[in-house]
Amino acid sequence: MKITLDWLRDHLDGTFTVDDVVATLNRIGHEVEGVENPAERFAGFRVAKVLTAEKHPQADKLQVLTVDAGDGGPPLTIVCGAPNARAGLVGVLGLPGAVVPANGMALKVAAVRGVESNGMMCSVRELELGDEHDGIIELPADAPVGTPFADYAGANDPVIDISITPNRQDCMGVRGLARDLAAAGLGTLKLLDVPVIEGAGAPATEIATHDPEGCPAFYGRTISGVTNGPAPDWMRRRLEAIGQRSISALVDISNYVMFDLGRPSHIYDRAKLTGALAARRAKDGETVTALNGKDYVLSDRMTVIADDAGVHDIAGIMGGEHSGCGEATTDILIEIAYFAPERIALTGQALGLTSDARSRFERGVDPAFLDDATAIVTGHILAICGGTPSAVTRAGTLPVEARTIAYDPALAETLGGIAIPAARQREILEALGFGVTEGAPWQVAVPSWRRDMDGPADVVEEVTRIHGFDAIPSTPLPRADGVARPTATPGQLLERRLRRAAAAAGYHEAVTWSFVSEREAAPFGGGAWSLANPISEDLKVMRPSLLPGLLSAAARNQNRGAESIRLFEIGRRYLADAEHPTLALLMAGDKRARSWQAGKAAPFDAFDAKAAALALLDAAGAPTDRLQVMEAVSEGAIWHPGQSATLRLGPKAVLAEFGALHPVLTRHFDVDGPVMAVQIFMDAIPAKRASGPARAAYAPPALQSVRRDFAFLAPETLAAADLVRAIRGADKAAIVDARLFDRFAGQGVPEGQVSLAVEVELQPQDKSFTDAELKVIADKVVAAAAKLGATLRG
Amino acid sequence: MSDYQAMQAQLVSEIAAAADLGALEALRVAALGKTGSVSALLKTLGGMTPDERQAKGPQIHALREAVTEAIAARKAALEAAALDAKLAAERLDMTLPAEAAPQGSVHPVSQVMDELAEIFADMGFAVATGPEIEDDWHNFTALNIPETHPARAMHDTFYFPDTDAEGRSMLLRTHTSPVQIRTMMREAPPIRIIAPGRVYRSDSDATHTPMFHQIEGLVIDRGIHLGHLKYTLETFLKAYFERDDIVLRLRPSYFPFTEPSAEVDVGYAQEKGRRIVGGDGDDAGHAWMELLGSGMVHPRVIANCGLDPDEWQGFAFGVGVDRLAMLKYGMDDLRAFFDGDLRWLAHYGFGALSVPTLSGGISA
Repeated sequence: MKITLDWLRDHLDGTFTVDDVVATLNRIGHEVEGVENPAERFAGFRVAKVLTAEKHPQADKLQVLTVDAGDGGPPLTIVCGAPNARAGLVGVLGLPGAVVPANGMALKVAAVRGVESNGMMCSVRELELGDEHDGIIELPADAPVGTPFADYAGANDPVIDISITPNRQDCMGVRGLARDLAAAGLGTLKLLDVPVIEGAGAPATEIATHDPEGCPAFYGRTISGVTNGPAPDWMRRRLEAIGQRSISALVDISNYVMFDLGRPSHIYDRAKLTGALAARRAKDGETVTALNGKDYVLSDRMTVIADDAGVHDIAGIMGGEHSGCGEATTDILIEIAYFAPERIALTGQALGLTSDARSRFERGVDPAFLDDATAIVTGHILAICGGTPSAVTRAGTLPVEARTIAYDPALAETLGGIAIPAARQREILEALGFGVTEGAPWQVAVPSWRRDMDGPADVVEEVTRIHGFDAIPSTPLPRADGVARPTATPGQLLERRLRRAAAAAGYHEAVTWSFVSEREAAPFGGGAWSLANPISEDLKVMRPSLLPGLLSAAARNQNRGAESIRLFEIGRRYLADAEHPTLALLMAGDKRARSWQAGKAAPFDAFDAKAAALALLDAAGAPTDRLQVMEAVSEGAIWHPGQSATLRLGPKAVLAEFGALHPVLTRHFDVDGPVMAVQIFMDAIPAKRASGPARAAYAPPALQSVRRDFAFLAPETLAAADLVRAIRGADKAAIVDARLFDRFAGQGVPEGQVSLAVEVELQPQDKSFTDAELKVIADKVVAAAAKLGATLRG
Repeated sequence: MSDYQAMQAQLVSEIAAAADLGALEALRVAALGKTGSVSALLKTLGGMTPDERQAKGPQIHALREAVTEAIAARKAALEAAALDAKLAAERLDMTLPAEAAPQGSVHPVSQVMDELAEIFADMGFAVATGPEIEDDWHNFTALNIPETHPARAMHDTFYFPDTDAEGRSMLLRTHTSPVQIRTMMREAPPIRIIAPGRVYRSDSDATHTPMFHQIEGLVIDRGIHLGHLKYTLETFLKAYFERDDIVLRLRPSYFPFTEPSAEVDVGYAQEKGRRIVGGDGDDAGHAWMELLGSGMVHPRVIANCGLDPDEWQGFAFGVGVDRLAMLKYGMDDLRAFFDGDLRWLAHYGFGALSVPTLSGGISA
């Protein structure tokens, strides 16, 4: 909300500058978003008098003027093309250095057709005061020559733009801010001037409220014989200064009172009303054309003001176009009503309609300020538009109830952190309009305009904010004895380990949007959660996988010329049942750039993905030696059907998925070339059992281990891991490891078979193996392999 | 000079002149082989008289030893020369490039969250989390923001068409404050937590993204007041920015879930087009910028979580993590945080080993 300094002075006595006001407002909780002085636009423009005017020697349409700038210096020579320029004219002179508001042109001394001109006499349009541009401005002959134009025009009034927090409806009017400023020691709040206007006779239009819930009270009065011309200059100037368009005296008066006192009102043209006017619930489907020219369809959850003919006002939000006041208006009805804040909020939300009235009513206007507001609005109308007022009809009942808060002044210290003497607290509260009855505890009477006050904590805020938050001493938070305890949860530790392991392995961590487009989610089975009001179709579905975000990032990087892409992200997948913490890792392009040693660039393959998955799981502390490699689980065509798999601890505990992505998927995301990926399902990794820092006892074996190689012919359908696992289990006492080191098919190997070579490590315990023992172990290995259809190669 | 000495001189000189191992071997055979000249002399010892043997024996043995030593020395020299030659032939241009291990990075948001966790752990704050898809009770109602409250509209909320089992509207959390509610409902006070995470507002322009990161702080205990909040924020920001000249300005404000409420400004100076946090915002060349929102937890919020507001009180604050990262590390474009541009990540990201610690420094 905007106010002007001059307007503020209507309510606040004292000597203060705009800087004082800004500093104090910020200090007490009214954030100043900006200060603008329209006078700055008129810097360098002043009232000046044309002394002589003669024809320009070189140009027919120009005149050479001598102008008294009122600075005591010699007259200035000004070249001017305006037909109305003449000796004796008082106008507005722009001096060199001034910037013309209309076109941003900086004035300077310049020769015009051989005659030096020392400035410019300005037109109305050049100063953006109106559209006229037939000639230069003509001020009254007695306008004081030499006065800065801003002062002459009354434009030297700084405008302060303030962000009013939603709890302070009372400060959505100049007077409320003045009250807060006075409480903070900036000036003295003036008494509000409320005229006494009895009026004669009942209002010519009957008023009533048939919706006491939505409109508890409806005050009204009619005035006959008004003249609705333009509002007076002072009022127009103020309204325009705060960004309101001046419309007509009646409309401007209603607006003025709203911005002055935070009190909306509505004025109807009685000629356009039919019969009595009442607040009632709208009928479902009823329509109204509002003052903004738009049609609104109403529902029975909304309150309206209507007459026999129909709806004239969306109560408390916006008047109807049909019954508004115009130039021809002579008889009017003033509506000063109290609307239930909740009703206004819901109606405004449902209609998607905001207005200055709504923002005040939905925050709750002062329910005790209807009679005075009626008198003040009437007073302005009588003064500006004339007319004969009726008496006031007061329909309904005001929801005014006395509220007190039990308050212990010690709370300022125990909650607010600062000891403030009781007398000072009382002084602050009273200056803000509270009543204080001391006792144990105090009874603090809440003024009718402070709907936000809810309990003692609110009183602490009032006292401390006016006293000053700056004064609150910084108080150390008590800390536990000794060294700080660890605070990270197992989940956070897992995330940190995975993150740093992936970064250490050469992958860059990306953070991508949690929402993707339907098209991006589709290959992953679509999303379980779609926004009702997405910011765009691209950001609509909560991601079912982290891969869409990384694939899109990979495509962007390829478009920028990246040749090797290693990305990962740690975040949540949003499934129907829950949010699942996940790591996804993606590799595309070159694994190794071409080089003088290795020759051409090498691409990633599915085993790079497997290696990354195992390394990450290892870093995460998962039991990687017990993992089984099984088929991929993700639905749809995500993975290359022959080059992807899962790592599981048993059939249901899928810890990771890895492999080459399906080419259809990578094309869908416009990523070139084969793409490898890993997904680590972090919530599937079993938590380590809590145990102390000590490790299990261990001493390296005294005897050296023995290695034996075995080569088998196996069916090509046999999974290598099955063979290795069988061999490892052939003699659990002696065999400590088995590792496949060669795989060969082709010449020398029968069709449909494959040669697999396995190195077996044997660990003797007390004494070395004898040849006979070694033979027994070897036979067991061969027998275990034979069960899987693998035969020892001769 | 005896004949032996002459012979020794002759042989040693020939050995020293041997050009290669082959020539040396031929000399060895000629001197020490079965039919070699020195071997022949040794054989004559058997036919000598004892006196004769006593006189000539030592001379002949000395000859043999000298020759043997000379051969060994020459052999070592020739082998060393051969190795030198071999190594010289193996010379490489060591200015050729070596294959570099790929360098990864940790995203600045993650790094800053780790920094904050480290700082707050020292002050006894644990890290808490909560769902991002929230219900309107936890996101709004429990935080004292009823349905008709104007503050709801200020939050630019993303809604889902779904409702939960209790009929609550589902939405994307607009702040990390619902974690306050979940923590207070789950744990008994005293409570000290921070809750970092993604939050969402339906807002997108040069300085706003529809998704961003926030960190929430919550302390619930007996006797906690605004002075403690002020201290905690000062201490945290001094540690985070690693400057002792951090000056805060608390401005009274309004949040439905705190009372009293304060917005917190931090003083900064504009240097070379960047905002450098530090100094009093009222000093020359300085200004204030709004950094975070805070306040004493509203008694109604405490009661909504089943705690007695007459017994327990405390403070809460919320601050943008992306914003903190930008202010400390100098990024100027929020949108770049979410693009995944490898060049940006390599420039602004952090090494895997740059783990923030109190002993090694928060800005690792």
